Amino acid sequence: MTAPLTEQAGGRTDGQQPAVRLQAVSKTYGQGKASLPALDNVALDVAPGEFVCLLGASGCGKSTLLSLVAGLDAPTAGRIDVDRRRIALMFQEPALFPWLTVSANVEMALRAKGLGKRERRARAAEYLETVHLGGFGHKRPHELSGGMRQRVSLARALAQDADVLLMDEPFGALDAMTRDLLHDELERVWRERDLAVLFVTHNVREAVRLGDRVVLLSSRPGRVVEDFPVTLPRPRRTDSAEVAEQAGEITRRLREEVMRHGAAPNRVPREATADGR
Amino acid sequence: MAADTHARQIAGLDALELAPARRAGLLTRVWAGTWPVVLAVVLVLAAWELVVLAGWWPEYVFAGPVTTLTELGHRLGEAEFYQALTVTMRRAVAGFALAIAVGLVVGALVSRIRPLRRAVGSLITGLQTMPSIAWFPLAILLFGLSESAILFVVVLGAAPSVANGLIAGVDYTPPILLRAGHMLGFRRLTLYRHVILPASLPSFLAGLKQGWAFAWRSLMAGELLVIIANRPSLGEQLHFARELADSPGLLATMIVILVVGILVDRLFGLADNALRRRWGLHQVTA
Repeated sequence: MTAPLTEQAGGRTDGQQPAVRLQAVSKTYGQGKASLPALDNVALDVAPGEFVCLLGASGCGKSTLLSLVAGLDAPTAGRIDVDRRRIALMFQEPALFPWLTVSANVEMALRAKGLGKRERRARAAEYLETVHLGGFGHKRPHELSGGMRQRVSLARALAQDADVLLMDEPFGALDAMTRDLLHDELERVWRERDLAVLFVTHNVREAVRLGDRVVLLSSRPGRVVEDFPVTLPRPRRTDSAEVAEQAGEITRRLREEVMRHGAAPNRVPREATADGR
Repeated sequence: MAADTHARQIAGLDALELAPARRAGLLTRVWAGTWPVVLAVVLVLAAWELVVLAGWWPEYVFAGPVTTLTELGHRLGEAEFYQALTVTMRRAVAGFALAIAVGLVVGALVSRIRPLRRAVGSLITGLQTMPSIAWFPLAILLFGLSESAILFVVVLGAAPSVANGLIAGVDYTPPILLRAGHMLGFRRLTLYRHVILPASLPSFLAGLKQGWAFAWRSLMAGELLVIIANRPSLGEQLHFARELADSPGLLATMIVILVVGILVDRLFGLADNALRRRWGLHQVTA
């Protein structure tokens, strides 16, 4: 049920500047014979306040793409327009600093902005409250569960007060129930703060559950194969029939992509972030 | 209503996932740490007594535990012993503190500046393997039989370990934390201060511990060689005990040196444990 590409599919651009714009972006690792194309000629716009899910099998360069947008790596060719000062990135792992308390971890995002200590503490407490971790500021990261740590990581990203939130399979390592709850959390926060979100996942249902659009990438090298608008009303549920139906359709398209690789032996791509867990 | 259920669900999951903190009582922990030590000491004393009883050496050359411990107890009651201990400990603390300062500066510079790393990185490790006693002839030439000569060698012995600990810590900062720091807006010096330095703390602490061991060894070698008049020290006591063939006194001093070394090492062990507990690196033991 691929909707024809209406203006909806292009996101809520409405003439305003996109929050993220990629034009003809390519990324190749290595040089000469050993070179490995990770991304090839990718074009992608994310409108302010839009939730875009990037979907693909392993080796499609999803993490590479996020690293490029985040400025942790430079593209080989093409152009990326984004305000790097207004961008936050959430990793697969919580990436919290083990020597700091939960609150101090969130405060780190405010420290770079030059806020005073008292102000930092108060703001950190607010952000922790937002992710339902109000009473846990004094704990150390290792004292929390995986889902809680990922929420601290979300609070830290929010504390950066960014317009664009990049998320690299942030819930991949969590159990289904925790993940469902975090989907609700993320959706609420996204709406309240009017964030542009670029969310990388290999879980099709998760993509349909969350995204305004699901962008399917091919593997080795990564190219945009298809752009699926998701018009189902929110809030959605991962286990609803509508989500399942659209996910099924996208999965079929994903399978075709994967099967194209069955014939030729593949080299293992080196992604900027390890995809494994 | 929906939001309320949602929050309660989250709170419920959080509560379920947090294991209750269990830590044995102080008495249990102290006992668990003490009895193996007591047992080991008893075994060593027994072996020592057996060797003495075997009669390979006459009693005035190799004193038994009873004679030695009596002599030790006797010394512990004398002011002279504490003077010697104070002098030695003052040298150890001063030397070690200076070694930490030097090691920190050198380690920080070498870990930050790449050409410097290529130039002196392996030199630092080389210095570490150099026996400190080999420095003394030079030190005595340079500074004479003085405190400075001892300090010089203690610093040279300990600083490379401290520097290496810091360098290793910087090198092994998890890349994910560097990336996280970068995304939070930290660059170069601020990244170094807020992310890299704290991340290298465990390795730095290990370097300190090793540095202390080297400092203590260097100091004892120094006190045996550089004897300053009217300034009693543990090394000097060792030296004169040998000159006077005072076997119990010699062994008693050796025990003191060993115990001081162990106690300070224990302090580092405590610091390391506290750090591990804070960072969640400690092994959960049954």
